[in-house]
Amino acid sequence: MSWLDRPENVRRLYQGLGAVGIGLLVADLLVHRHAEVGFDGVFGYYGFYGFIACVVLVLAAKLLRRGVMRPEDYYDR
Amino acid sequence: MIAEIPAGLILVAAGLLWPLLPQVLRAPLGLAAPLAVLAQLAWIGPGWRLEVEAFGTVLVLVRTDALSLAFGYVFAIAAFLNGVYSWHVRRGIEQPAALLYAGSAMAALFAGDLLTLFVFWELSAIASAAVIWAAGTPGAYRAGMRYLIVQLASGMLLAAGAALRYAETGSLAFDLIGLGSPGGLLILLAFGIKCAFPLLHNWLPDAYPEASATGTVVLSAFTTKIGIYALARGFPGTEALIYVGTAMAAFPIFYAVIENDLRRVLAYSLNNQLGFMVVGIGLGTDLGLNGAVAHAFADILFKGLLFMSMGAVLLRAGSIKATDLGGLYKSMPLTTMFCIVGAASISAFPLFSGFVTKSMIMTSAAQEGHTVVWLVLLFASAGVFHHAGIKIPFFAFFAHDAGIRCKEAPAHMLVAMGIAAALCIGIGVFPAALYALLPLPVDYAPYTASHVLAQLQLLVFSALAFSWLMRNGIYPPELRSVNLDADWLYRHVGTRLAAACATGLERLLAIWNACLGRAGRGAAEALDYLHGSRGALSRTWPARTMGIGVLGTLLALLLSYYLA
Repeated sequence: MSWLDRPENVRRLYQGLGAVGIGLLVADLLVHRHAEVGFDGVFGYYGFYGFIACVVLVLAAKLLRRGVMRPEDYYDR
Repeated sequence: MIAEIPAGLILVAAGLLWPLLPQVLRAPLGLAAPLAVLAQLAWIGPGWRLEVEAFGTVLVLVRTDALSLAFGYVFAIAAFLNGVYSWHVRRGIEQPAALLYAGSAMAALFAGDLLTLFVFWELSAIASAAVIWAAGTPGAYRAGMRYLIVQLASGMLLAAGAALRYAETGSLAFDLIGLGSPGGLLILLAFGIKCAFPLLHNWLPDAYPEASATGTVVLSAFTTKIGIYALARGFPGTEALIYVGTAMAAFPIFYAVIENDLRRVLAYSLNNQLGFMVVGIGLGTDLGLNGAVAHAFADILFKGLLFMSMGAVLLRAGSIKATDLGGLYKSMPLTTMFCIVGAASISAFPLFSGFVTKSMIMTSAAQEGHTVVWLVLLFASAGVFHHAGIKIPFFAFFAHDAGIRCKEAPAHMLVAMGIAAALCIGIGVFPAALYALLPLPVDYAPYTASHVLAQLQLLVFSALAFSWLMRNGIYPPELRSVNLDADWLYRHVGTRLAAACATGLERLLAIWNACLGRAGRGAAEALDYLHGSRGALSRTWPARTMGIGVLGTLLALLLSYYLA
């Protein structure tokens, strides 16, 4: 049984990642971020964009699967 | 002396020599030839031209300048890494074909005219198809055939475009081409196939994952980058490329999320990274062009590293399907670590190569006022972290333990991965070394507090999204499947259409035969009626009947004289 096989350790990693995320949001208040296109200067822009982008990506990919997924031997039949 | 031989031909000669050597010398040759090329390129530097007179025109076999040299160095490094990684491969056609392929790709790189470019363009297509076929499976054979047809089509377009240009301008020189003429359009399409433009892209995720564990590594380096180089040479600042590249950066990531074959996931992410480079070329600014070249350089290394780690998994675990894998970090800890370095590089983590190259293209897009393009590229950046940065290492090495206990990758593979990983980190930590190789002067500082913080936010929250979706069971499970892509048009619709045409043709033939039969029967009956055994014309008449007939005729003649 290795360290990563224990669910409580995986949970700790997850929480640690969350803590880093919060830390980066706090840093956003302390560091002056130079905006590339203007609206990306708002608080936590990249964090929110990254989170939403990934959720949208996964949900869209699930939808895409309905249209394009076929059995593994599809082209061999 | 060696400086007088075109760099690509050194590798081509090594590829031809390889099968003739005793087996112990083959692998060392695979290392020595790329090293000789690297030394030669460093020695000659920019400004060398090698011209020959042939076909009534002057052909520029070699033209070195900053643009071709930047690609030349990384091609030599990639060929060297392949030599290390496939040290154990001493038989078969894969390694000689790989050397021929690398050599012809490099010769195409330094070609100063379109005819020389075309020759090596085609040679690299054939050699790379041989690399795919060397896998020896029926799937690889068919995929290699499809791949070759597409690559040769690219060569045909290039030849036709070059001929049109020659008729128009009287010159075959390969410099800025632009879209101003029909020849230019054909050449752009030829380059677009190699760059895997949307809808012209399918040869890439179709064929690359079918090659052997070592073959895919060498394939990932050259064909697409020749396309990027040629595009940067011939079509910088072509606005349409900005939008083509943006589409390329975005759409493959959806496929990458649902794909089960991890090397196919990497092929889709290769397509997505090419999109960034095409945008940089389309922008045509100093920063955009430099970014495209720098990102191509970095991509050859980190994508090679990722394909190497997946090749090691395929070799040791015997499968590369996410559904079969998981928990391999226990058996292959070093491969896991190297894979994570590649994943961090492609995801553009600070201190890794992607961070200092991809951002040049993004910043240039923002500076030029392409806000929507910039937003899509940012989406693609989060997406590439999601599928290449997290999904690849997660499903191969972590996730649920599939119970596979195998050996760590062979030592030479670990060395190759180690060198590639060191280069990825080296570029990330000392970007100035790479920037010095770029074709245009670089005025860009990647490491600002603002840029580091923005990128870390993007990545950490993307990772949080992944974990959140995973823990809540929203993340789509890996499933054994194929996903329809544009190749469906020729692999399914095309074959059905061909089958339908064949059936239709058969029916037509049957009808034709039936008609012929009927007409034939009629003719035969008529012949039989006249000439058959009872036919009027083949009846035998008795001599008496003839005598009476003649007598009657003569009497009629006599009577007619008297009466007249």
